[in-house]
Amino acid sequence: MSLLRTERLRKRFGETRAVDDVDFSVNEGEFLSLVGTNGAGKTTLVNLISAFLSPDSGRIFIADRDITYAPVDERIRAGIARSFQLVNLFDDLSVLDNVALAIFAREGKSRRIFRLAERDVAVTQEAIELLGQFGLGGKAEGLAGGLAQGERKLLDVAVAYALRPKLLFLDEPTSGVSTRDKTQIMDTVSSVVRAGGVTAVVVEHDMDVVFKYSDRVVVMHEGRFLADGPPEAIRNNADVAKYLLGTDADA
Amino acid sequence: MSAPPVPSLVRRAAAAAAVLAALLVVPAVAGTYQTQLLTYGLTLAIAALGFNLLLGYTGLLSFGHSAYFGAGAYAVALMMRYLGVSSMELFMLGGIAFSAAIAALFGIVCVRHTRIFFAILTLALSQVLWTLAYKFFWITGGTDGLRVPFSKVTLLGGLIGFPGADAFEKFITYYYYYVLAAFCVCVTLMWLIVHSPFGKTLQAIRDNETRARFLGVRIWRYRWLAFLVSGIFTGLAGSLWVPLNGLTTPDVLYWPQSGKFVFFAVLGGFRNFTGPMVGAVIFNYLEVYAVAVTEYWQLTLGVILIALVTFLPAGIVGAAARLVDRLKRRRGAAS
Amino acid sequence: MRKKKTEPMDIVALQVLNSLSYAAVLFLIAAGLSLIFGVMGIVNMAHGSFYALGAYVTAWSVAAAAAALPPAALFVLLPLGAMAVAVVGLAIEPTLLRRFYRRPEEYQLLVTFGLLLVLEDLIRLVWGGAPLTANRLVDSLGLIQVGELPYPVYNLVMIGVGAAAALALWAFVYRTKFGVLLRATAQDRRMAAALGIDVGRIYSLAFGLGCFMAGLAGAIVVPSQAAVLGMGVEVLVVSFVVVVIGGLGSLEGALVGALIVSALRTVTIQFWEEIELAALYLIAAIVLLIRPTGLFGKKA
Repeated sequence: MSLLRTERLRKRFGETRAVDDVDFSVNEGEFLSLVGTNGAGKTTLVNLISAFLSPDSGRIFIADRDITYAPVDERIRAGIARSFQLVNLFDDLSVLDNVALAIFAREGKSRRIFRLAERDVAVTQEAIELLGQFGLGGKAEGLAGGLAQGERKLLDVAVAYALRPKLLFLDEPTSGVSTRDKTQIMDTVSSVVRAGGVTAVVVEHDMDVVFKYSDRVVVMHEGRFLADGPPEAIRNNADVAKYLLGTDADA
Repeated sequence: MSAPPVPSLVRRAAAAAAVLAALLVVPAVAGTYQTQLLTYGLTLAIAALGFNLLLGYTGLLSFGHSAYFGAGAYAVALMMRYLGVSSMELFMLGGIAFSAAIAALFGIVCVRHTRIFFAILTLALSQVLWTLAYKFFWITGGTDGLRVPFSKVTLLGGLIGFPGADAFEKFITYYYYYVLAAFCVCVTLMWLIVHSPFGKTLQAIRDNETRARFLGVRIWRYRWLAFLVSGIFTGLAGSLWVPLNGLTTPDVLYWPQSGKFVFFAVLGGFRNFTGPMVGAVIFNYLEVYAVAVTEYWQLTLGVILIALVTFLPAGIVGAAARLVDRLKRRRGAAS
Repeated sequence: MRKKKTEPMDIVALQVLNSLSYAAVLFLIAAGLSLIFGVMGIVNMAHGSFYALGAYVTAWSVAAAAAALPPAALFVLLPLGAMAVAVVGLAIEPTLLRRFYRRPEEYQLLVTFGLLLVLEDLIRLVWGGAPLTANRLVDSLGLIQVGELPYPVYNLVMIGVGAAAALALWAFVYRTKFGVLLRATAQDRRMAAALGIDVGRIYSLAFGLGCFMAGLAGAIVVPSQAAVLGMGVEVLVVSFVVVVIGGLGSLEGALVGALIVSALRTVTIQFWEEIELAALYLIAAIVLLIRPTGLFGKKA
């Protein structure tokens, strides 16, 4: 049984078919990269699955449960979480609070009014541990807005991960970051995610990153899947080379 | 962006204790008029506390909080007039219940929308209430309003009453401590609320609604709850205010009253806990002395508001905190 | 004394005309509000105060010029009153408002609210607390027979102005080059700037135009309804229902909303006057439940 499955998913923006009849399935435990040129439809696909957008037609299933029109909070409870390409954090709250909030939300404790948040030892400890795993342990007290760009990207992933999802979507986790930081970020992210047994779908532009870290690569082009397989197969795929690697500026 | 300093809990508690000590001796040193004035200030501070849960912590700017303040005030007046109630405790319960009902109802309409529609709707709904108050004059006393004479008010379950000749001074003294106690309870409750998981979630919604939604938080539900709590605090303030004023008229529901709450928060600084309360107390004094000087108090307020928003967006307390921080850093660098 | 039987249809016709003339006023205000919001993204909380300013300036100028000019000529003062308000708006936008466009919405709302406080009291300072009228304009046009009942011709003029304004605005926004620039800036400010459009000038003109419309609404209403203190916020509250129902940022929404709200108001006043405003907002709340951004509203 696949963890995620889409059937004939479609989304148009005016004349453009951003996602065109896509049948996408992800199995438990995979670390998958979703690649393609700009406008290929990767982010749209992720947005459709994570409830940022509604599809024109088609279906989406999580563990055989139809979530096509389910609202965001239902999808999260079904086990999806995502990070964002343009980092989305609570800048005026502390780094610790950013993660703790995700844990409170997950545990259904967000509505507690007459208890101090700091006093919830279980949540605080889990948050600190998680920050440690992501290499942000020393920054827990500071404001999220004060972190460097690479650290913000890691925190964005950590917050999504704190929801303990079954399926984690990472939207360009290394974009806007220096090459050295990219490796550090992906090292951290892939090790934590794999250790946690979480299935991951990473939208990426940088093919070096893709080939180094993924179990499986899915290539999109003009809203459709062009190729789907392990990294070596994709590297040797002629179509991919023509459409993607040939035009990819940093290949 | 550097973080503003977070003073330790101990230092904050010490400061609070000092303020409380000062507040406790006011009736003894200041005389009846000043005590009365400060009591007004404290009721407005409670209202400001409620108002800022929405603005400072949830990011929702309401231009209609006069609705809840007025609901609290009218609840007391109506209870006294039609139900013969005289117990201040019952008045407070009634005020809380009535303002909660109105906040719950208005909240459902207002919170589902963007912040701009929210601002529009809060103003409008409070004016709907205002028109109802003066049009149904056979119930509400219309523009004449309803009187709430202090001689008919009893405190602590009837233990303390205010009959007789010297009653006014006695009332002001006892009522001051009563309101002060209520104020302390409100401050403590609100402090707990904003530091609870609920409070943090509100701040998250304020900071980044999208991300909060992607944590599985049902945004409008939290906003509605914040709206309800905010309305209750402001309604309680209205209930405490009306025996002091002796009278409630539709003016308490009219939009300039909502403007005052906005002004408190901007004056004191709405991004911190104490700002709006400080703004309320300062404003209270400003108003009393300025109204004596100029007939165009609203014009002055408008100009000051524009100036504050343009030049001092962090408000008085926010600017003071930044100043203290800069001084500390300079001292730290020098040593 | 001959008793004429008043046909119920005549009364209905009168009410329809009343409703349309009030709708004309509401349309002008709501369209101005929507224009400003659509292009600049800010809600002008002081919009009703510009309406009041238009009413007061017009009434005052009519009274001042009444001795010198014949009534027909006085009509010229109506658009002049609106222009005066537009000039005030053009002065305010670059000096007061412009620095707030990049800041969070709260600050924009706060500064226009401050403007509301200032304008409302400024009106009181300049013109005092007594109502100002311009009835001579209504009287000068006389009455017309609607069936068996007399009806002021002036109200038909109001309807005419509203309709003309709707057409002119539509033509301006959708048929002129400037309208294209307006719509481009409304859609995507950064893109417009990148294309070389002087966004600052567009903003000023949009704000000025919005204020002109509010001022014009005040100007045409004051002959039939005295200018009084508090009229600004009172109309703001009603025009909010219009944009809530019609949708903020949409000219069609302003038109449809104005017609609906005016009709509702006319009906409610007939049957249960006290709950007029409450009824309006009840309907608005229901519309919001079905269409959260209003009938023609822009999705946020």
